[in-house]
Amino acid sequence: MNSFKDTFLQYSWDDVLSSIHDKSKNDVIRAIEKPHRDLEDFKALISPVAKPFLEEMAQMSKQITRRRFGNTMQMFAPMYLSNECQNICTYCGFSFTNKIPRRTLTDNEILKEVEYIKSKGFDHILLVTGEANTTVGVAYLKNAIQLIRQHFSNISIEVQPLDEDEYVLLKENGLYAVLVYQETYHQEEYKKHHPKGKKSNFFYRLETPDRLGRAGVHKIGLGALFGLEVWRVDSFFTALHLQYLKKTYWQTKFSISFPRLRPFSGGLDPKVEMTDTDLVQLICAYRMLEEDVELTISTREREVFRNNIVHLGITSMSAESKTNPGGYVVDKQSLDQFEISDERSTEKITEMLKKQNLEVVWKDWENNWE
Amino acid sequence: MNLQDKLQIADKVFSSRLFVGTGKFSNTKSMSEAVLASGSELVTVALKRVDATNENDDLLSGLKHPNINLLPNTSGVRNAKEAIFAAELAREALQTNWIKLEIHPDPNYLLPDPIETLSAAETLVKKGFVVMPYIHADPVLCKRLEDVGVQCVMPLGAPIGTNKGLKTLDFLEIIIEQSTVPVIVDAGIGTPSHAAAAMEIGADAVLVNTAIAVSNNPTKMAAAFKKSVEAGREAYLASLAPIKKNAEASSPLTSFLYE
Repeated sequence: MNSFKDTFLQYSWDDVLSSIHDKSKNDVIRAIEKPHRDLEDFKALISPVAKPFLEEMAQMSKQITRRRFGNTMQMFAPMYLSNECQNICTYCGFSFTNKIPRRTLTDNEILKEVEYIKSKGFDHILLVTGEANTTVGVAYLKNAIQLIRQHFSNISIEVQPLDEDEYVLLKENGLYAVLVYQETYHQEEYKKHHPKGKKSNFFYRLETPDRLGRAGVHKIGLGALFGLEVWRVDSFFTALHLQYLKKTYWQTKFSISFPRLRPFSGGLDPKVEMTDTDLVQLICAYRMLEEDVELTISTREREVFRNNIVHLGITSMSAESKTNPGGYVVDKQSLDQFEISDERSTEKITEMLKKQNLEVVWKDWENNWE
Repeated sequence: MNLQDKLQIADKVFSSRLFVGTGKFSNTKSMSEAVLASGSELVTVALKRVDATNENDDLLSGLKHPNINLLPNTSGVRNAKEAIFAAELAREALQTNWIKLEIHPDPNYLLPDPIETLSAAETLVKKGFVVMPYIHADPVLCKRLEDVGVQCVMPLGAPIGTNKGLKTLDFLEIIIEQSTVPVIVDAGIGTPSHAAAAMEIGADAVLVNTAIAVSNNPTKMAAAFKKSVEAGREAYLASLAPIKKNAEASSPLTSFLYE
């Protein structure tokens, strides 16, 4: 069966890196002025020589975003269901080797968390787990989705990669979107950061969006975890992945996230730093490449940064997030996956968005259609 | 010309990205000369015009050339059932499993019927045909056709025979952006500059008939189209220089990064 692997294997990391660094000022100007941009233009826009053009890129990104998405911001809340995990990921607080109390929410606990999240106004929810296939496998996820379906119009998951028939099953039960980040497209680095567990299989993860596309899941979220490898190259591969998927699964929607490594208890420092300026450059470049793609920013980012990027291309954001199972109500003290940075209440974030003339959108789906 | 830049459709590889039709010429000799001058390697033939029982059929004998592949079309049929029948007849008569699928129930503007075309395409693919469907410049229809396994799509630039050019430009651009199979702009191309424009936006090939056939000098016009298609393709590969826009003053968005 065809998959992104065939496309991926035609590229070499080092060649992509050097071709990004070979881009000239003229390539950037051309990329800014072109009506339709391709991956070569994207390389120019994320290259170091594009830095002096950042303001121009930001203006353009804003204009495109407003034209396509209007003056709106979609809100969602993550809900961590479990921190059990059989994988070793060197950068993650839930990693198998971390000696932390493990917890998986029961039905009752899920509903208590739901009640709190609903009271804040959220109608789009993202369920998050580690990878523990016996306790938090497909049966657990299906049950959780069934349990909360009547409370949310739009349910996404960010969990271990599954097989195609498992995605079909979850979709039939009310699943809308799946976020699955490759973490890094650098094969050797990937192996180093994921030495054990099912996640160590690079290509099973790489082909997950293909399984999602075939399963007919409405939306697929892509991304790389910034801090593991050179962000420019990882972002190029993410864009390549996106363009492949768009063509192959034409009925599917896509979103991109930009997680930067955050500190957590016992974790490693980022190998490669990505500055605020870098991240703004990347957000604008994605928007200029793909006018329709959803761009998401989480509470990993600082308050000031979040306040200032809401016009630059971002179309959805979370607020008041907890990254520990039961973090909203049930067990506020359980250990979180990473430290969040913007700790403001949902009300404060809403106020900030309204001040910036953005309509805060809570509900933008209807999960009774199928 | 870039010798590496070939077009592949199914199992065939083409050096020329200009496909031509064989209708409307004043005589077979003029048609045959024009086809050769165009350099085209894929030439459409209306099945309804061919007398396959006659080995010396005038139309076919004018097209016997090692570089020329025949592409029978189903022109004249009004629904999927007739199209499938016509395709099977063409396969037998011309010994090719390639078929240009065109279904136009409307006898005036000859606009393609999207519903019958999709249905016929699905059946013909299953029967082993290489299906090249003539359709509206409808991006969703193109993806639906891809899903059933057609080998290319042939959206129209303007109603057939009108020579109006790329009236469907915005939709053609979407189709080209989204397609995983070659996109051949068919119908409406009236001048070499229209053909070049189609190639510049990234079309994989164009199909021209009327503009060549009814010209005062079909051979010269065919040669002109050949050059324009090559020029348009080269321009596309070289990546066009953007049109300069005026900058607009607005409040800064990135100053917070330097505070």
